[in-house]
Formats: sequence, C-alpha cells, structure tokens
Amino acid sequence: MNNSSSTGVSAKDAPVSRWFLRFPDTWQLLTTAIALLVLIPILILMASLFTPDREVWAHLAEHLLTTLLRNSFLLVSGVVIITLLLGVPLGWLTGMCDFPGRRFFSWALLLPMALPSYVLAVVYLGILDFSGPVEKVLQIIMPHRDGVIIGDIRTTPGIISIISLSLYPYVYLLARTGFMTQGTQTMDAARTLGCNQYQAFFRVALPMSRPWIAGGLMLVIMETLADFGAVSAFNYDTFTTGIYKAWYGLFSISAAAQLSSILLLFVIAVLVMEQRMRSRMRFTGINKEKQQRIKLTGSRKTAAVLFCTTVLTVAFLVPVLQLLFWTQEIFAIEFGARYLGYTWKTLALSLIAAVLTCTAALILSYTRRLHPDAATGAMVKLATVGYGVPGSVLAVGFFVMISGIDKSLVTVAETFFHVSLDPIFRNTIIIMLAGYLVRFLAPAYAALDSNMQRITPGLDDAARLAGLRGFTLLRRVHIPILSQGILVGSVLVFVDVMKELPLTLMTRPFGWDTLAVKIFELTSEGEWERAALPSLVLVMAGLIPVFLLIRSSSKT
Amino acid sequence: MKKMSALLAASILFSGVWASMTQAAEVSVYSARKEHLIKPLFDAYTAKTGVKINYTTGKAGMLLEKLKAEGEHPAADLLITVDAGNLWHAADTGIFEPVDSKILAANIPAHLRDPENRWFGFSVRARTIIYNKNKVNPEQLSTYEDLADPKWKGKLALRTSKKVYNQSLVAAMIAEHGEEKAEEIVRGWVKNLAAAPYAKDSKALEALVAGVADVTLVNTYYYGRMMKKNPDLPLVIFWPNQETTGVHVNVSGGGLIKGAKNKEEAIKLLEWFSGIEAQGLFAGSNMEYPANPAVKPSEFVASWGDFKADPIGTAKYGEFQEAAVKLMDRARYK
Repeated sequence: MNNSSSTGVSAKDAPVSRWFLRFPDTWQLLTTAIALLVLIPILILMASLFTPDREVWAHLAEHLLTTLLRNSFLLVSGVVIITLLLGVPLGWLTGMCDFPGRRFFSWALLLPMALPSYVLAVVYLGILDFSGPVEKVLQIIMPHRDGVIIGDIRTTPGIISIISLSLYPYVYLLARTGFMTQGTQTMDAARTLGCNQYQAFFRVALPMSRPWIAGGLMLVIMETLADFGAVSAFNYDTFTTGIYKAWYGLFSISAAAQLSSILLLFVIAVLVMEQRMRSRMRFTGINKEKQQRIKLTGSRKTAAVLFCTTVLTVAFLVPVLQLLFWTQEIFAIEFGARYLGYTWKTLALSLIAAVLTCTAALILSYTRRLHPDAATGAMVKLATVGYGVPGSVLAVGFFVMISGIDKSLVTVAETFFHVSLDPIFRNTIIIMLAGYLVRFLAPAYAALDSNMQRITPGLDDAARLAGLRGFTLLRRVHIPILSQGILVGSVLVFVDVMKELPLTLMTRPFGWDTLAVKIFELTSEGEWERAALPSLVLVMAGLIPVFLLIRSSSKT
Repeated sequence: MKKMSALLAASILFSGVWASMTQAAEVSVYSARKEHLIKPLFDAYTAKTGVKINYTTGKAGMLLEKLKAEGEHPAADLLITVDAGNLWHAADTGIFEPVDSKILAANIPAHLRDPENRWFGFSVRARTIIYNKNKVNPEQLSTYEDLADPKWKGKLALRTSKKVYNQSLVAAMIAEHGEEKAEEIVRGWVKNLAAAPYAKDSKALEALVAGVADVTLVNTYYYGRMMKKNPDLPLVIFWPNQETTGVHVNVSGGGLIKGAKNKEEAIKLLEWFSGIEAQGLFAGSNMEYPANPAVKPSEFVASWGDFKADPIGTAKYGEFQEAAVKLMDRARYK
C-alpha cells in the first residue's frame, strides 16, 4: 500500500477525466468497494422501478402523496430550525464561554443521544397524555374545567419537538468541536478590527464553523427522513410510513421503491447542497495554545445556566424520571438474568460496528484528501447515502444482497466441488456488522472529515518530503491529529447502533436480541411500562461512550 | 493421577454434552408473535421433549421478506405470525408447504385454517366494541356498521388504519357488503372520530377512560390487560353484530416453511401447538381464545360472555386486504 499515492495533493487541479484515465490506486479501490456495499442494496430495490405498479402508484399519488410531501417537508424544516437553535448556542456556550456548571453541561447535554427518538416519543405521549401526570396535576389545579384540559400533542409541532429534542446533540457536538478547534484568536482579531461581540460571532466564528454545523445538520436531516418509530407513535404520515404502507399494506414493492427513490433523490440533493456550501472553503490551523474562554457575567451568566438547564431537563431528566417511575412498577415481572445478555450483546455489536465503520470512514476521508477530483468526491458521498434511507427498506435490500451472495456460494460449491454447503453469512453477526456499516457511514464520515479538512495540505507536502507515503503518512501524520474526530465518529456510530432497530430485527442471528429489539417487542404490544426497563438499561449503557468522549475531550 | 482422572472425567463429560448438543433435535422458528408471548410455549415444549427451539422474532412483513430472500435454503422451519391477512400473504407468496396432519385437522376448525392446509390458526382474537359505561347505554350499541351513524359524532376512538387488524376488519366488511357500502361505513367512522386515530389499541382505550371518546374497537386482550391492572375502570365489552354477521375474529397462527431442514420435528411442534396443553398456554399467556374448541378460554376471558363469531373464514382477509387499505386511504382514515 506504500506506493499507492504518488499524485497526492497535486491532483487537486487535475481535470475530472484523469480519474478515469489513470488506474485507480488502492485507496480509490477501497472507496469503490465500500460505496458498492452501500449502493447494491439500494439498487436492488430500485430495480423494481423497471416494473412499475401503475395502479398502486396512481392510488398513492391521488390520496397520499401530497400529505406525505407536505408532512415530510414540514417535519424536516421544523427539526432543522429547532436543532440549530438549540445545538449551535449550546455548542458555543459550553465550547467557548465560561459560566458556572459549564464543565457539567458540556457532557450532560450529550446525554439525550442515548435516548432513541421512539422512546422519547412514547415517554412524552405518556407524560402529556390525558391519563398522564401533567393532566392529573392540571385537573387538581383547575377542578372546574370539564373534560380533558391538555391538548393532543400528536400534532406537527409535537412531533417536530420530540425529534428535535432527540437529535439536537448531533448539531451540538459537531458545532462545539468546530468552535473549539477554531479557537478564540480569530474572534479577538475580529474584535480588534472593530466588530462587537455579536458581529464577531455571526461574521467570523459562525461562518468558520460551517463545515461542522452543516455536517451535524445533514445528519439531522437524514435521520429525520429515515425515522419510523417516533412518527408511528404519533401516527404522523411521512415518506417512511408511506413506504411501509406501500410495501406491507398494499404489497407493492415497486410502489415502495418509487417512494424510496423520491426520498433518495432528496437525500442526494441535501448531500450536494452541503458539498456546495463547503466546496470553496479551506479550513486550516489548529492552534494548540491554551484558549482564553469568554467569561460570562451578570444576566448573561444566568441566561446561559437557565438555557442549558432547561434543555437538559426537557430532553433528558424528565424522560428518564418517567422511565424510572414506570420501571419500578414492573421491575419484578420484567427483569431477569437475560438482561445481562441483551446488554452485552448490544455493547459488543456497537463497539465492533463503531471500529469498523470509523475505519471505513477514515478510508473514505483519506481517499478524498489524496484525490480531490469530482468523481472521487461523488463516490465518497454516495457511500454515505445509507443513513438517509429508512432502516427497514435498507434492511430488506441488504438482506436480499447477502442471501444472493450466500446462494451463489452454495451453487458454486455444489457445481464445482460437489459439496453441499449451508449458507455461510446468514445467521452470523458479520451481516449485522456490515449492515451497520452501510447505514452509519455518514455520521462517522461527517465527524472525521470535518477534522480532516482542518489539516493544512502543507503538512502532507512536508511529510512527503520527509519520505512518508500512503498508509504510513496516514498513520503517522493524520490519525494522531484526527484522534478527536475519530473518537466523535465512533461515539456517534456506537450510540446509533445501540438504538438501531430495523436492520437488527432483520439480520440478527438466532439468539442475538438487543435492548432495542426488546423495546420494540414491548412497545409494539402497547406495554409502555415494561418497555421502560430495556429503555433505561439502554440509556445507562449509552452513558459509557458519552463518558469516554468527555474524558478525552477534557484532556485536550 | 487424581488430576488425570479429573481431566478424563471432564473430557468425557464434555464430549457427552457436545454430542448431545450436536445430535439433539431442534426446530428453528421465525415468529411475529412477540418473545414474551411465545417463549413460554417454547420452554414448555423443550422441557417436555428435549427438542431445542431456535427462534427470532420480528415484524410480520419483514420476516416474510426474509424468507423470500432465503429462498430454497430457509434458515427457519416454521413461520409464526399474527393476523390472517399476513398468513394469507405468506401462503400466497408460496413460502408455506401444505401439512397433511390428522391431528391438526382434528384440532383446528376449518374456518381457522387455510383451505389447503398451508397454515393453521392457533389462537383466536376477537375485535370488538368497548364502551365507557358512564357515557353509553349498551342499548344504543348494535353493530360495527352502526358506529358510522351520526349519533356517534365526536364519540368514536379508533386505532390507525395502518394496523393490519383494522385492515382485516374492513376486508371482512368488503367481503360482506361490497366495496361501495364498506367505504360508506368507513367514511361514517371517520366523521365520528373524537380524536385523530391512535397508534395502539391501548391508547384508544385510554382515550375512553379519560373521557375523550365513548366507544372504540379493539382486540379483547388489550381490554383484558387493562382491566386486569385496574378492575375499576368504567370500560365494558360489547359483542356487536350478534343478530347479523357475528363478531369479527382473527387468528395468530403458523405454517411449515418450504424446504425446512427439520421438517418432521417442525410438524410435531405444529401438532403440539394445536393440542390441549399448548392451547391453554396460547390463550392464557395473552388472554386470547383457544383455536381448539376442546379447550376453554381462561376464566377471566370467559367472564366476558359468549358470542357468535363471524364464520366468514379468516382466509378471506388477505384477499381483500389491498382493497381495504385503499378504501381507508380514500376515506381519509389515517
């Protein structure tokens, strides 16, 4: 692998066509392999577009499509706005400012990541339902009111709030990393040039953090589009629920594929937009000098503490308290030694998947650094679209691909070696892990690549002059600098895998039930209280990676 | 010497265990019935026969896709799923192999299994009317169709049309009344809704308790679970259509997968499911009705009274499911 990258940065200005003329190097081959792993399952589904089901499609177009488009659009825009309004200020406050409790909030605000959005939805339905605690308190306060006082929260603003509360940590985490790696010197420079604090923030600090914030937002958009659990709990129709209906209600895979392809076009549009936003920017220079934080005083200090406390309470403390309350009611029936099994399987799968996925993301990011041409860029981007496809759609395509490989292996063994073979991959965790990789490359890549972009190209040139090439260059120069990004990426994948449901349901071998599977089984039977136990264990297990992240980020 | 003999004993023991593990009969099952509702049965069977049961649970549609993808080399021997519509579709895609068993034929009545014996219902679920006794006089209630009457305006709670149980109910109405009449009824229901359709039967029942709505349509075991937890709730069961078609019933059941590796053991397990012991567990664990008429429902379930069930034949539901889904979309039943 050492001799693989001689063109390096000089390829930056090369025309696109060169990519095709030159034989691709190891990195490009690896990237292509990863992209294929992602694209083949999607293409398998898209193949049914060639046999369109006109009748079902006409039905969907007439009765559902406008609602689905409108709802999905409202949901995504709402979630984008709220996660921005929460994530960016929180990232700025805990990353760049100083106020009482800052250290605590900087990690505590990540905790909601461990709460899957479907759990949050179920919990808030429980709390704010007409039989929930809030209604009961209201009834006591206002005894004269007849009937139910609290309104139905199963509305567009309701579902937007729930999904935003569970997804804001993505924007927060990446924005905070962005602010911290850029330091305060630029802010100081802007101040000496006559900007006031606000101008310095909006004109310098915020634009400079665009790759991070855009990366976080992109994850939020993709995750929102792919969400199934939370929207079903609210019976809110989106593209994802439409795809389910076409597939499992109308039994039309091709209509489901048609809907999926619209969704996929949207995801690709988002990816292209993000790419455009960052394309002409070069972000360089990580200054390791001790940063001076902006000290908040007076009302600003109070406001900062209040803001952080409120978000933490609503997004994490209240739901966890409700889960605890439910758990103590059912602990005796639901708890058993099997929970040990669910927990270690969940952790083991998440850990291995995080390592594999981050390795793949590193390959993608490094390939793009070596080959900044458009074709490689497109290939790398395509490799991350798995995140925006609804999990169960991807799960089916993925399973069909694996079964296809298995079947051909069996056939080959029978025809050429005259041995009858059992399918190999099926019923192994290899296919689960590959599925997770396909699905969660985007978060790993977003975290890693924004840090990669901060490394000045000059460093590569200098290292090359010193004789470092290819893999050695990556290992000795980039990986040490990227360690923070790699860690952030692994934690994102780790937590995402813990919460993942459809792929796990579809591809797990006999006996590989995870906590998420348990939560699904109990909630789908309407057993909210019993589902609180696995949810709570999931939250606790999710604290492990979050703590890891905190410890390492407090070191730097 | 002592060490040696201990080692020897251990290795003999180990190889014995190993042999028994590799030789023991086993059956692999894909189940859309949730683990906590099916594991008690598996455990009882393993305790009795020593046959090991591998199982994995999942959503009905996904398990079917999985079997379709696995094709000639299925990883499971049996598919257990809920709702006759799902069973019908599984049979329709050709993943089931007909089972010619005298025991199954004797234990499971004809209207609760596939006419070609590709699948068998093992437990019966009744989808019926529940009302709030403080708000509704049972004399006002009569049929599913009557819930479309304007007198129920703002009083009806329903679960989402995305749930297959409602799709089967509407499919049965299409089979009974024809599409036009059925659509009229569903439109009437939608007009009478007190709140947007709920994601779960249990939420619809809670809406009744809170006074948001007065009547709803749910599977009886959801009602049973709720009443067991809190017997003082003002909810009462009503058996509709007793003068006409009968109460809408559905099944959870299963069948043998084509190409199953452990075919004989799998058939034995199916037969055991239909017998007295398993039927008691099936019905008891989830407050459903046993499919085998020789087994009585649990005392608690029996206390809700007898009813006439719709004899239409559960195999019809799958046939009209697509039409039902489309009809409900047209009627804007979410």
